[in-house]
Amino acid sequence: MIADFDYQFFIEVLVGGLLSGVMYSLVAIGFVLIYKTSGVLNFAQGALLLFAALTFVSLVERGVPFALALVVTFAIMVAIGIAIERTVLRPLTNKPPITLFMATLGLSYIIEGAAQLIWGTQVHGLDLGIEDVPLEIGGVLISQFDIFAAVVAAGMVLLLSLFFRYTRIGLSFRAVADDQFAALAVGLRLPLIWATVWAAAGLVALVAGLLWGARLGVQFSLSLVVLKALPVLVLGGFDSILGAIVGGLLIGASEKLAEVYIGDYFGGGIESWFAYVVALVFLLIRPSGLFGQKLVERI
Amino acid sequence: MTAISGHFSSAPVLPKWIAPVLLIAFAYGVVPLIGSSYLFEAILLPFLALSLAGVGLNILTGYAGQVSLGSAAFMAAGAFAAYNFNLRVEGLPLIGSIVLAGFVAAAIGIVFGLPSLRLKGFYLAVSTLAAQFFVQWALTKFSWFSNDSASGVIDAPRLSIAGFALDGAVGRYLFALTIVAIVTFLAYRLVSSQTGRNFIAIRDNETAARIIGIPVLKTKLLAFAISSFIIGVAGVIWAFAYLRTVEPDGFDLDRSFQILFIIIIGGLASIRGAFFGAALIVVFPLALSRLGGLLLGDVFDSGVLDMSQRIVLGALIILFLILEPDGLVALWDRIRRRLLFAWQST
Repeated sequence: MIADFDYQFFIEVLVGGLLSGVMYSLVAIGFVLIYKTSGVLNFAQGALLLFAALTFVSLVERGVPFALALVVTFAIMVAIGIAIERTVLRPLTNKPPITLFMATLGLSYIIEGAAQLIWGTQVHGLDLGIEDVPLEIGGVLISQFDIFAAVVAAGMVLLLSLFFRYTRIGLSFRAVADDQFAALAVGLRLPLIWATVWAAAGLVALVAGLLWGARLGVQFSLSLVVLKALPVLVLGGFDSILGAIVGGLLIGASEKLAEVYIGDYFGGGIESWFAYVVALVFLLIRPSGLFGQKLVERI
Repeated sequence: MTAISGHFSSAPVLPKWIAPVLLIAFAYGVVPLIGSSYLFEAILLPFLALSLAGVGLNILTGYAGQVSLGSAAFMAAGAFAAYNFNLRVEGLPLIGSIVLAGFVAAAIGIVFGLPSLRLKGFYLAVSTLAAQFFVQWALTKFSWFSNDSASGVIDAPRLSIAGFALDGAVGRYLFALTIVAIVTFLAYRLVSSQTGRNFIAIRDNETAARIIGIPVLKTKLLAFAISSFIIGVAGVIWAFAYLRTVEPDGFDLDRSFQILFIIIIGGLASIRGAFFGAALIVVFPLALSRLGGLLLGDVFDSGVLDMSQRIVLGALIILFLILEPDGLVALWDRIRRRLLFAWQST
């Protein structure tokens, strides 16, 4: 049994899993951005992702050039971010986090409905100009598209880290994340910061939406990728970008390996819940997640 | 969360039990005589099932403070368990199947409630999604649960209580009404008992609850068990009395959210709230489709209707969270107090 274990196949599955984990991380980063600065688990991230991808695809299909469509979509995402801050977050300031969570649940319904009401419900293909042909690296077949996605994700994490560390507004994000009242006391403008964060989350949603859209086709089910990102967040901690990356890799890899090696014992299709079980078992051992703040209990 | 305290109006109001008793008498005595089949099939039956599910979730989320996003899984567990008990156990009366199904749902609830012993808030809410996906997957994957029918569809058996056959829309309505009335009464007794107070104590301050000697872990699991039991029974009503044929996909994440929305809109930590919320959730899509068809005519096809429903529902949730965090119950109580006041001052 062990003797004829196919290592090359194992590595192929592992690498494929890790790369698809990067795709989960991409979605998870959008959550982390908002959670870090406002303590809200933003369930609408998936809806934003759908909205961004759908808007972009529809613009391109109507003959708008690629780059312009990107800019226009980003502008729309910024506008949505500002609108959300004005209409939803501001009236709910100082409400318990779970109330804000439910508000984002409502928000996701609105955005999903609006996206499809405006652009229709049919499935759109999205071609980013990257061919999805397998590359052979060291005898292991790896999808070219996956590598591209990984590079984009890495670039985005680098960009966000630099932004948080070295820019003035990035620093104020961190100040707000540490202590909202103290941040207000030193004169940081919370509404501006929140609107910026939501716009940044919109940008992440746009990038993730394009990559996922190219993979799955742009359609309603795109908003369901949040459900893939949630166990990643539970594993990595809601407030850690690094955690989102490592959690994504862990979930992606274990999910693929489980699907290939033990999936048959369950009759297949276990990927709908396997990630959750991994995250739960992990949390039972280490309640703060991989890199999350130590304090999970809020008393 | 002030909804628990209910109303303290100074007006000399009637005893508290009068209104529910009158309501139930009306539901039994008058509604079956005047209702049309559309009223039962499209409004009252889903309303009763969802109300009961709302009562169940409210015990867990509203009273005990543990947010669950997996309610539909427990509905599914209840429905499929009742189907199998009824099918496979010879001579078991229907009520027996339903009670046993409730216990099955409760057992599953305890298993998926275990994370609540270590997790709180969002972490717990996300972990309850595991129940949602696992149960739905298991029911679709293993055809034994649906007696090997295609794509996991189950058909409801004939309904009867204590030998009385309950056929037709009115019969199924009476069947659902009886179960909902009994379970709701028990739930009401529960939340005003010591156990119910323990739930509230854990919700409001877990450390304090521990200090005054409440067994926190056991009580949390009990909340999961009781809540799942009630939601499971609601699932049986949904499957047996309302839809008659269901498949696991009917109990998806959207259904879980729907039940969560019911208790947000109706009012957290209020038994009445679940009924208010369910009424709005059931009636509002019907009203919206009528209204849309009236105003926009042909443009308002089912696709547009579906999307505008989502938008309006989402907007309603946000509006309630901002304007009336205690839900329709608080709104109702305020209106009633105003009316009483106006009536007294004349």
